[in-house]
Amino acid sequence: MADVLLEGRDLTKHYPVTKGLLQRTVGWVRAVDGISFTIERGKTLSLVGESGAGKTTTAKAVLLQEKPTSGTIFFEGKDLNHFSPSQLKTEYRPRLGSVQQNPWSSMNPRMKVRDIVGEPLVVNTKQKKQQIRNRVAELLEEVGLNPDHAENYPHEFSGGQRQRIAVARAMALNPSLVVLDEPVSALDVSIRAQIMNLLKDLQEQYNLSYLVIAHNLATVRYMSHTVAIMYLGQIVEYGEAEELFENTLHPYTKALISASMLTLPEDEEKGAKQIILTGEMPSPINPPAGCRFHTRCGEAKPECSQTVPPLRDVGGGHKVACNKI
Amino acid sequence: MSKVLLQVEDLHTFFFTRKGVVKAVDGISFHVDEGETFGLVGESACGKTVTALSIIRLLPEPAGKVVEGKIILDGVNLLELDKNEMRRYRGSEISMILQDPMTSLNPVYTVGNQIAEAVRLHQGLRDEKVNEEVISALRLLQIPSPEVILGDYPFQLSGGMRQRVVGAIAMSCHPRLLIADEPTTALDATIQAQYMALFKDVQAKTNVSIIFITHDFGIVSSMCHRVAVMYAGKILETATTREIFKTPKHPYTSALMQSVPHLDQKGGRLYSIEGQPPSLLNLPAGCRFASRCPVVKPVCREEEPPEVQVSKGHFVSCWKVK
Repeated sequence: MADVLLEGRDLTKHYPVTKGLLQRTVGWVRAVDGISFTIERGKTLSLVGESGAGKTTTAKAVLLQEKPTSGTIFFEGKDLNHFSPSQLKTEYRPRLGSVQQNPWSSMNPRMKVRDIVGEPLVVNTKQKKQQIRNRVAELLEEVGLNPDHAENYPHEFSGGQRQRIAVARAMALNPSLVVLDEPVSALDVSIRAQIMNLLKDLQEQYNLSYLVIAHNLATVRYMSHTVAIMYLGQIVEYGEAEELFENTLHPYTKALISASMLTLPEDEEKGAKQIILTGEMPSPINPPAGCRFHTRCGEAKPECSQTVPPLRDVGGGHKVACNKI
Repeated sequence: MSKVLLQVEDLHTFFFTRKGVVKAVDGISFHVDEGETFGLVGESACGKTVTALSIIRLLPEPAGKVVEGKIILDGVNLLELDKNEMRRYRGSEISMILQDPMTSLNPVYTVGNQIAEAVRLHQGLRDEKVNEEVISALRLLQIPSPEVILGDYPFQLSGGMRQRVVGAIAMSCHPRLLIADEPTTALDATIQAQYMALFKDVQAKTNVSIIFITHDFGIVSSMCHRVAVMYAGKILETATTREIFKTPKHPYTSALMQSVPHLDQKGGRLYSIEGQPPSLLNLPAGCRFASRCPVVKPVCREEEPPEVQVSKGHFVSCWKVK
């Protein structure tokens, strides 16, 4: 049996759309609409999709920054709904770390690196100043920075270095799970590989679990063990990374893969064609009936606009929501 | 042999700051043929955008200045034109698309007004004629029901649609050269693919030459005919797309390609280029890539490598290549 660290079951987050002076609710933005996933200890789950797919909302629910409308999160088998606020503060939150997308806005420019990285320790532990200082030096070294950098301010660093500082901060409390929201997409190409390698090393060393949010499939394949492809608040395909990339079933996943493939001039001459989707993602306020992807799907059949395809297991934990399969 | 439209010769663009002279572009040469897409690839701060701004002469003055070189568009050196003459070139001969459509469009004017502004200013048209041009520009960029979109404000449109509107403004005066500065970076993957297919179509219809600035080799491979790889203000390698993917000669080019994960890559470690690009304020002697180069030789740190031609149209600046 796999060692499950965190499980989300039927998570839903709807935001109200209000109108008028009285702020009457006239509709709901179905940001996340009934998704389930599991994160195993020491493994990486990636949520992939375009903007508006609900990836970040899911991550926020895991980080308790948003309260889900319905659904449950289990952490080490325990239902978070049964945790008291003080239990959440001492037993759940310190076990989580988070790295945001943009290292230019995720740090207070007036704080020294020492205070940025040490802040989780000040808030969550009763360690003495000297202990914190030592731990910060240790953390900086771990992410490949010089411990002397602790006295500098964020603006003195390049993007890659800042992202290392953000990783050090996320690691401060020895978390079990780190949420990485587009950890490399704001960085330069040659720096991305450095950060991705660093994250992999840390994972191996500390048996960390990652929840990665990304839109670049190549990055995802490199980083993850399990992948969930999201479209309009729902998971359309879910499975082991290898299985999902080798044996892609959902038309949306196929289009995404095709869009991020390198097409060389030679391939094009040989007649290899990119799948180019028409149109854009519909609004999550009024998602299409039936399969939510049918408005853009190249393989849609008449029934797709009526029947909602369930997320079916096609073997080996590979799940897909498509009427064709 | 197609005709050369733009010829950039030995361009030096410097910024004069309080801290010293920033050599953002330090002697680059390239040409763009008619109807061709030329890619300018490199990481941030390597001088791609400054090159573009030098061509269209929109550098932030007085800090930024072209100190040397020639930019010849169809026989005319743009650097010798006075302000008014240059204004006539912008829009009608050269136009530009910026990265983020949310910041390049004016939020308080309708889309139609913003395209009409360009048409009125650069083509001197009035009334009915303007409207016709605006609609045909929107059609060219395949914007559905242009008559309706005309009256919309940018916030009412999706990211992909907004970037099409920016494209329509750029193409509204039938320029011969279009500079696209990372036009797809702010877009989602599937929308990116749409946008690139659209641009190929626009080019086929209008025979416009495009300078495509990007940091993504994936975009280069599907969009560009020829590519130049820039690093710290210099072009290190120029070649046709096909050739650069098959036989990259410069260690930086191959390192950059290797450090991008491919879709068929399974686990393992990524090749990574250690270190950071040098500061443009204080450039090292010799080759600029020397401090990060895996095959560096003593001569690399002393003397700058000359540009050599390895095969037809394939130029490299590296001591390793003879």
